[in-house]
Amino acid sequence: MRQVIIIGSGPAGYTAAIYAARANFKPLVIASSVEAGGELMNTTEVENFPGFPEGIMGPELMGRMQEQAAKFGAEILLDDVTAVDLTGEIKKVTLGSGETHEALSVIFATGSANRKLGLPSEDRLSGYGVSWCATCDGFFFRQKTIAVVGGGDSAMEEANFLTRFADKVYVIHRKDTLRASKIMQDRALANPKIEFVWNAAVTEILGDAAVTGVTVTDTVTGDKRDIALEGLFIAIGNDPRTHLIHGQVDLAPEGTIAVQGRSSKTNLTGVFAAGDVVDPTYRQAVTAAASGTVAALDAEHFLQSLSADVLAGAI
Amino acid sequence: MSAAPAVTDATFAADVLASDKPVLVDFWAEWCGPCRAVGPILDQILAEHGDKLSIVKLNVDENPQTAAAYQITSIPAMKVFQNGEVVKTVIGAKPKPALEADLAAFIG
Repeated sequence: MRQVIIIGSGPAGYTAAIYAARANFKPLVIASSVEAGGELMNTTEVENFPGFPEGIMGPELMGRMQEQAAKFGAEILLDDVTAVDLTGEIKKVTLGSGETHEALSVIFATGSANRKLGLPSEDRLSGYGVSWCATCDGFFFRQKTIAVVGGGDSAMEEANFLTRFADKVYVIHRKDTLRASKIMQDRALANPKIEFVWNAAVTEILGDAAVTGVTVTDTVTGDKRDIALEGLFIAIGNDPRTHLIHGQVDLAPEGTIAVQGRSSKTNLTGVFAAGDVVDPTYRQAVTAAASGTVAALDAEHFLQSLSADVLAGAI
Repeated sequence: MSAAPAVTDATFAADVLASDKPVLVDFWAEWCGPCRAVGPILDQILAEHGDKLSIVKLNVDENPQTAAAYQITSIPAMKVFQNGEVVKTVIGAKPKPALEADLAAFIG
């Protein structure tokens, strides 16, 4: 049995691991088999993480966090959690391999998953022009016309990145103002290859074997029109990844895991949550990392409150 | 990334299309994070089922002809070829159990 298991390996999970490992709790990090490192693994330059004035590539930043956690004794497993039982004093975490690990405490840092448009054509054409990963797939759209859906920082970053390849990038956004930060907006607005399509919702993705266009509906007038394009990158936000703990851990009205005040404490004793999975508002690498710290310190405090007998059962 | 043997535009016909055994081609690139993540899983599947299914990788950056011929627009893309035809396509990195389920017809 472990003292603490950390589920997730984004900035929250790895920072929690760094703190828990330095406190000698030998954390076990379940990092995921194909998404280890989290969302930043699919980004390019991270310009707003303090300490890197020249910027750092997302995958490199996450590689360094992993290295830092491992250096202090965190054990990192590249596997997926398929089930959890968090209600008892001993928490059980079952993996894709079939193994079940036990721990006295769990830090839940599963982040968030890409939000879908919710169109049947989106699933059908996923991988055939519909993409969620500009860094993976932008290369295939050299000299093509494509679009990014969304109005946040991710959408602006993807649109700017994709102009390296595409001749033209539409940014299709439901409103007439952007949610993105000023610097990201300004870059996109100044980019001659980017054309904004305001007040427009993508209501159909066209194409049989591959994307040939989209139908957009004007969110003010209701008018529909088609735009011809070959690639559609969807960046309309994320939803907290909570499916593993439904029915066990209380959620907030926003769908994130409910925590007490500024702490990481959930409704279950010994279960803590950190990062995007608790944060409907800020959702930055730095705030996730800070939240991971809070969770590790809360877990540490909890473990120290347990009797020596209980602790003796854990490594 | 995968340690599977590499195929190229030049060797694709001989190594993949002419193979007697089903061949999974992992279309990948250096810059693609999910491709690097799924590589070791393909290595495990190859180690366990190499008698039934060959697995090779094709770098889309260095081999644009083959990538274009099979209309690759999203990677990782894993295509199983049998008798020179694509018989299965899996797009995106998936955990091992999910990938094994997708490939059950070839490794089951």
